[in-house]
Amino acid sequence: MDAYKQLDFFELDDQYSEDELMVRDAVKGWVGERFLPGVMDHFEAGTFPMDLVPELAELGVFGPTTPEEYGGAGMNSVAYGLICQELERGDSGLRSFCSVQGSLVMWPINEYGSEEQKREYLPKLASGEMIGSFGLTEPDFGSNPGGMLTTARKEGDEYVLNGRKMWITNGSISQIAIVWAKLEGRVRGFIVPTDLPGFSAPDHNHKWSLRASITSELVLEEVRVPETAILPGVDGLRGPLSCLTQARFGIAWGALGAAHACFDETLNYQKERIVFDKPVAAYQIPQQKFANMATDITCGQMLALRLGRLKDEGRFTAPQVSMAKRNNVMMALETARTCRDMLGANGVTLEYGVGRHMLNLESVVTYEGTHDIHTLAIGAEVTGIMAYR
Amino acid sequence: MNIVACVKRVPSTEAVAKPTADGKGLDAADFQYMISFYDEIAVEQAVQTKEAVGAGEVTVLTLGPANGTKEIRECLAKGGDKAVVLTDDNWQSRDARSTAKALVAQLSTMDADLVFMGRVATDRDNAAVGPMVATYLGWPCVSDVIGLEVGDGKGTAKVETEAGVETVEFSLPAVVTCQKGLNEPRYAGLKGIMAAKKKPLEEVAPEAVENQSEVVEVALPPARKEGRIVGEGAAAVPALIEALQNEAKVL
Repeated sequence: MDAYKQLDFFELDDQYSEDELMVRDAVKGWVGERFLPGVMDHFEAGTFPMDLVPELAELGVFGPTTPEEYGGAGMNSVAYGLICQELERGDSGLRSFCSVQGSLVMWPINEYGSEEQKREYLPKLASGEMIGSFGLTEPDFGSNPGGMLTTARKEGDEYVLNGRKMWITNGSISQIAIVWAKLEGRVRGFIVPTDLPGFSAPDHNHKWSLRASITSELVLEEVRVPETAILPGVDGLRGPLSCLTQARFGIAWGALGAAHACFDETLNYQKERIVFDKPVAAYQIPQQKFANMATDITCGQMLALRLGRLKDEGRFTAPQVSMAKRNNVMMALETARTCRDMLGANGVTLEYGVGRHMLNLESVVTYEGTHDIHTLAIGAEVTGIMAYR
Repeated sequence: MNIVACVKRVPSTEAVAKPTADGKGLDAADFQYMISFYDEIAVEQAVQTKEAVGAGEVTVLTLGPANGTKEIRECLAKGGDKAVVLTDDNWQSRDARSTAKALVAQLSTMDADLVFMGRVATDRDNAAVGPMVATYLGWPCVSDVIGLEVGDGKGTAKVETEAGVETVEFSLPAVVTCQKGLNEPRYAGLKGIMAAKKKPLEEVAPEAVENQSEVVEVALPPARKEGRIVGEGAAAVPALIEALQNEAKVL
């Protein structure tokens, strides 16, 4: 197998700082040497390589933008994006693991948590000693989370939580869950230890996507948390939605990694595979596909890079994130489908990564705002008219 | 303990070799660089030795271009405390001796107890600079080391030889060249990368030293000849034996 060569058609490496490139290359090297050799078996077995969690923590990919005083690395958002890209070059499940830990658990604690909450949880989450999950989606409420049925009620100095959450990455392997519930009709966030009485997290088994990632339900039956468990800094749907904006930023970058992986593997294959005395890549139909994919990946790279710079300047918007997530994930999915076809029969085996990426991306295009919902978010921004209600 | 790890930037493993128009070198326009594989082991051993001794400083020393600091910063992210870059635009055309002379001149000012190097740089494959540096300094040179303990003014190394593994004792200061298996180099973690930004990186212009050997031509290895099918099944055996005896001359 040829060494992985990342497409850089427009010489975008020039646009990154030295430490951004160092971060990217460190994660790229780790994924190639430590993660990729085992991912096929984990995907087939339906397991996440938990033995690699300490190495991920040592690498520093859990909440890298968290301030150093709370155990993070204080990195900028572009570096975080590049981390997501390299993790998802490995597998969307690996990137999902880190997206949840960083964007959906550490980010809200850092942003909306009390000083005590930050000191208690962030260092443990950064070191991987503690795994977190994020409970927003419910069986009957996905794109419309405001309708959630999960509730919290105050009893003395405790909150009592009741409800069900669905499609929760890392649910059954997490020690804490950020649970969003309605308190007197307002959406609030709670840090819920998963070993409390009344809390259970049955896994969603039998899925054919994100198999190397744990997905669970969260069931809360009269779960009692102390009043210090509420996130004091945010009130209303803005809380969970702002977390999702963070995570979607990472997904827009991550999808590029999956596309790169598919493109590189397929290019190597087609240059080596001889049909009628010449490489498959020498024929016009494959060349058209490579030209289209290279162009699409390059456009996606530029979108992500500009979004990252805007975010670091503190002036990115949710509709911009919607555009980048929507475009890059659909681009990656279409790239994976095209590459699957271009690998011929090999494309349906797990010996090649393309089929695994293709299956994974069906989840990525659905979660964190479906493709269609992002379409409507961009439409609302452009026209000024909201069409999704 | 004052420890120096000498490293070299080499073209990355995916680089494609293409001779320049004058045929005297390789076209470096599309090269990406990395630290030579064995030099990464040298950096790791320097950091591990400092950690084992419990005190001291690791300096990463290289001879290279002024703007090629990314790879050197990576060494700092992996635990080096500071870096010294001997800047030379013609770093790639220096012969082993002129490289060794430049390193020796710098090392003589550094009061080092231990100098680690890779056993060989993965581009030129000379395995010469380490022993030369030790010889010019008049220090012990222990090469191809796969195990090392350092204590009170001396070290004990396990050295891979064709006959087996030798255990060697030597006095400090010394030059140790590192073989695969000595350690497992760490990844540059994000915190290390952030910390590396604040570590000192000094650029020094080395004195010019004439090359004693010059590359006059670079040629790619000849393309492999196309194979030939001599026949199929058992009936082809005589023809195969004939070809192996008279054409390939291997029987």
